[in-house]
Amino acid sequence: MDNLLSIVTFIPALAALILAVFLRGEDVASQRNAKWLALLATGATFLVSLFILAQFDPQNTGFQFVEEREWLLGLKYRMGVDGISVLFVMLTTFMMPLVIAASWDVTTRVKEYMIAFLLLETLMLGVFMALDLVLFYLFFEAGLIPMFLIIGIWGGKNRIYASFKFFLYTFLGSVLMLVAMVAMFADAGTTCIAACGGDVALMTHSFASGDISVLGVHVVGGMQTLLFLAFFASFAVKMPMWPVHTWLPDAHVQAPTAGSVVLAAILLKMGGYGFLRFSLPMFPIGAEVMTPLVLWMSAIAIVYTSLVALVQEDMKKLIAYSSVAHMGYVTMGIFAANQQGIDGAIFQMLSHGFISGALFLCVGVIYDRMHTREIDAYGGLVNRMPAYALIFMFFTMANVGLPGTSGFVGEFLTLMGIFQVNTWVAAVATSGVILSAAYALWLYRRVVMGDLIKESLKAITDMTRRERAIFAPLVVMTLLLGVYPSLITDIIGPSVEALIQNYETALGEGARAATQVAASH
Amino acid sequence: MIQADLNVILPEIVISVYAMLALLGAVYTGKDRLSGALTWLTAAVMALVAMWIALSGQGTNVAFGGMFHDDGFARFAKVTILLSGAVVLVMSQDYMARRGLARFEYPVLVALATVGMMVMVSAGDLIALYMGLELQSLALYVIAAFRRDSVKSTEAGLKYFVLGALSSGLLLYGASLVYGFAGTTLFSGIIAAAGEGYTPVGLLFGLSFMVAGLAFKISAVPFHMWTPDVYEGAPTPVTAFFATAPKVAAMGLFARVLHDAFGGVSHDWGQIIAMLSVLSMFLGAVAAIGQTNIKRLMAFSSIAHMGYAMIGLAAGTALGVQAMLTYMAIYVTMNIGTFAFILAMEKDGQPVTDISALNLYAKREPARALALLVLLFSLAGVPPMLGFFAKLGVWQAALAVDMVWLVVASAVASAIGAFYYLRIVFFMYFGAEGETLQTARAPVLWVCLMGSALVMVVGVVNMFGLESVAAAAAATLVN
Repeated sequence: MDNLLSIVTFIPALAALILAVFLRGEDVASQRNAKWLALLATGATFLVSLFILAQFDPQNTGFQFVEEREWLLGLKYRMGVDGISVLFVMLTTFMMPLVIAASWDVTTRVKEYMIAFLLLETLMLGVFMALDLVLFYLFFEAGLIPMFLIIGIWGGKNRIYASFKFFLYTFLGSVLMLVAMVAMFADAGTTCIAACGGDVALMTHSFASGDISVLGVHVVGGMQTLLFLAFFASFAVKMPMWPVHTWLPDAHVQAPTAGSVVLAAILLKMGGYGFLRFSLPMFPIGAEVMTPLVLWMSAIAIVYTSLVALVQEDMKKLIAYSSVAHMGYVTMGIFAANQQGIDGAIFQMLSHGFISGALFLCVGVIYDRMHTREIDAYGGLVNRMPAYALIFMFFTMANVGLPGTSGFVGEFLTLMGIFQVNTWVAAVATSGVILSAAYALWLYRRVVMGDLIKESLKAITDMTRRERAIFAPLVVMTLLLGVYPSLITDIIGPSVEALIQNYETALGEGARAATQVAASH
Repeated sequence: MIQADLNVILPEIVISVYAMLALLGAVYTGKDRLSGALTWLTAAVMALVAMWIALSGQGTNVAFGGMFHDDGFARFAKVTILLSGAVVLVMSQDYMARRGLARFEYPVLVALATVGMMVMVSAGDLIALYMGLELQSLALYVIAAFRRDSVKSTEAGLKYFVLGALSSGLLLYGASLVYGFAGTTLFSGIIAAAGEGYTPVGLLFGLSFMVAGLAFKISAVPFHMWTPDVYEGAPTPVTAFFATAPKVAAMGLFARVLHDAFGGVSHDWGQIIAMLSVLSMFLGAVAAIGQTNIKRLMAFSSIAHMGYAMIGLAAGTALGVQAMLTYMAIYVTMNIGTFAFILAMEKDGQPVTDISALNLYAKREPARALALLVLLFSLAGVPPMLGFFAKLGVWQAALAVDMVWLVVASAVASAIGAFYYLRIVFFMYFGAEGETLQTARAPVLWVCLMGSALVMVVGVVNMFGLESVAAAAAATLVN
């Protein structure tokens, strides 16, 4: 199986093609066919991706399952996974069947809907596997198109505004990244990220880091800082980090449930993955220069967006702000640049994928019944929906970071990592844990607890068997990772260790070079 | 001797003779009743000649003492011109017939313009250059005003003619300066005069005037003013023709003049081309934002695209020419598909060009909307469509000669430009319910639309081998 990664990546695209070419009509039967085919394809992708996990060797810190083929314009089609990316691949293939299953009640333009999600899966998988700059950009950028359409076509009332905001915000960020990529290609003479036969790889190429002056501004860290900032523009928007997070609440609120789940569970992770794949290994000095800024931006994000979440009237918006806060822990962990920090960041990203995905699904369950996301429209759901109350409770607690759930491990590890680097940031960030308990529990109380007074809620029904089946795997994963985190850390550990080692070596060399320059003056 | 010369220009002779026979035949027989058959016949002849050139052409052949070159570069450009011309002719048939514009002069004039373009890309001499250019332009002036009873169309023709004559004047003035300082009109003589370490200032003056004249033909800013009006006023099939073959020919001629005649002073013209390129990209991107007429919008889009293609020229290397040729081939394919769609836009039998008419088009015709979506994203240069790789190609060429600022500028321009393509997608997919657009039921148009959209997606695999062909073509021009 030399091209296992390509197979996994392109199964959904193939299914989308089959749907587009062979499926005709808008009647119930063809809608059902479209849904089943999409479910089958995403399920098959997950099963095949299990082979990747089974054959993956965590002790090997290099890239595995590497594929390399000649491509256009002297570029190469290169795919591969290492300890950092393999679990994101698994997260994607794991979530997509659930997302499709959660879209079973879609009735408008079902075929196009399924095609959009299947293509999106291919593109997201490609992002996590690409080992060539241009290939990465291609997948990263192309993912905007299906998501733009998903929000714009199947979204809520204000979907046009949200879809344009989403597209232009992220497109602008990515264009800066593309410019940086072009500059990197010019400097290093290769677009290969790592593990290319014979060529110099970008991850081992060192970009110039001597201070330079650009348009009269003194830039510490020179070219590396500039490259870092260009990539940062893209990843910070994608992440999203405060203060460029404002597209996310709009996109989340307007997107259909499945779109929100994909956005929260997978798309947001591309930013964090990008930091780990590009920013730290390729521009270590630039990263080091910018670290204090990033850390404080994260700390502000955690506190500020938690406070904003407190006053939200719309359930999806509240969860969206909570996502921004949780992503704050991730950036904080990554830029702590030690084993606990990065382990914790990756862990937090994976666990947030399950938990926030599940929370958006929870909102979707009652939205499908009542067609409103206003918190005030609910109350006392526990009386009519006990199973729902239980599951919502579980994920609310996981979101808060209750020990025993995966949410706890991620937050704890990142806080531990940051405490060794910057105590003040750690102190500010820790207060976010309390705030998250406040908004999450308050949301839960207002929606689920109390007496069932509202007339409109009197006939609401509990979750169907299909809905329960969707939540089951998420509950299992959240609990399993909560009590047995080594499942994750064993796989990512060695690769993270290698990443940190390279980072510190690069910093050491940079410092030495700087002192030599200073001595020669 | 003359036998050998005639052999080299045989393709041009065949089309010229065909055009004249067609003219005579139509005049003495059924006139406009023949126009349908004549259109198809002309397209067939052009496609056959394209195949003939592609399959039989070998090596570099020079005719008439260096005035006419038949080399890999010329053949690449000719095949692109002939094929796109043939496809546009086939696409226009239905539109022309239903609008009462089916006159036999149209295919004949297109064939004559095509001969002019073929001479342009093969020119090895200033006289040959001017001859080809004028043959092309005169035919184009006439077809721009083809809808004789429409004020807009005649206005377009007149504007095009007056400004075109001005640009020809500039070009001729430049050519005469070049002749005066080089002592010859042959490119091989000019390059010898311009490359001997010391270059006479008069020669550079001549070069600048010639560049201005040629920039007019490819509608590069600041010589672009005619483009939106002519695009809007001319009948849509004519606009489709303007946006494809003549652009390739003018770009080809541009490359030939710059490399064959002034290859030795590439550092002098590199900056001029780079400047034209940046201006075109930005004006094309910004000015299109306010447009609601899709034909005007495509005019600005073509201005911007010429800017990107010129990045390849500005690089002044074989890689640059290769990237430019690839860009033009992809650009032409995208435009054919987009215009196939525009040609089909109508309401109650009348052509519609307002983009708001596309409201919710995707709901009624999902497949066609999807094809147009692919083309628009490709025009915007969003990966993974082929349009992105076209841009990447010219960027690589520019980076190879360290023109980083040009690349950065064009990246910014393409981000701005993405907005207006996105706006069309917005109308098609998210628009409000409103008046419904009907689309003509001409199968040819849909075949072209689907075909070019498919090319944009499938081409990502290996560009259909275009890369190596373009590389070989560029190598014959720059060495």
